[in-house]
Amino acid sequence: MPSKRVARVGRGCVACGSCVKVCPVGAIQVWKGVEARVDGNRCVGCARCAGECPAGVIDVKAREELA
Amino acid sequence: MRQKRHWYDYLWIVTPIYLGLGMFNILFAWLGMISFSLPLLISIFGGGKLYCNRFCDRGQFLSLLGSRLKLSRNRPLPRWMKHPAFRYGFLVFFLAMFANMLYVTWLVWAGNRALGTSIKLLWTFRVPWAWAYPVEVPPWVAQFAFGFYSLMLTSTLIGLVVMALYKPRGWCVFCPMGTMTQLISRLRAGRPAEAGCGGSCASCTACTLSRGTEQEGE
Repeated sequence: MPSKRVARVGRGCVACGSCVKVCPVGAIQVWKGVEARVDGNRCVGCARCAGECPAGVIDVKAREELA
Repeated sequence: MRQKRHWYDYLWIVTPIYLGLGMFNILFAWLGMISFSLPLLISIFGGGKLYCNRFCDRGQFLSLLGSRLKLSRNRPLPRWMKHPAFRYGFLVFFLAMFANMLYVTWLVWAGNRALGTSIKLLWTFRVPWAWAYPVEVPPWVAQFAFGFYSLMLTSTLIGLVVMALYKPRGWCVFCPMGTMTQLISRLRAGRPAEAGCGGSCASCTACTLSRGTEQEGE
């Protein structure tokens, strides 16, 4: 069952990959060195990526807000 | 869940070793060219930001100090520091300083300038001790080493200050190498095919939520 919350990467991602390393379920990947992308189906909304992101561009929102 | 550790997760050791070796013999500064050219080559040949994501010793070193040893306040970076103008401005400044270092090296090579055997922090302050280069080399080789070591020491120092005051990897936000490799990656990637919304894809998650597609990763 998908989590109620999901991470979202906003504009300004520097693709450093900090979020990828802390994601416990491997839901984030850096797409072609351009930006981090979240697999919404795997994300458990734990917000560890948001806490680690140096650019502060990841936020965790309710899944309904993004669907 | 603890992630499996790989050999490249220990590359943080390179930063203290590099800075330490330079103190015994400044010519070791030349090794820094590896971390200068490798990220660019990886990006140019389609590896994206694999260097930043996996092999960057400085990023790992800052993570180790800031996250694992908890030496970072872990506060958000100031807005101006995250602004693209600062990021690209810092890149231009950094490249200008690098070009100046090459110019000075050329002057020494041409015999128009004497070898300067000092390390400067923040391009201004001389480090108050003498540096050794106990191997006979042409003066321009030593000049480049002094200039390059100054650059590496200064950028490491800036990274450490940003790590301590803000986020562990705050340096990555305006790291000139990261900015260059992301620019190259953007040029190579072109427009994201899956950004069906028409806008520039910034991973709004809507695609994977609505379509459940597998992402293309590195």
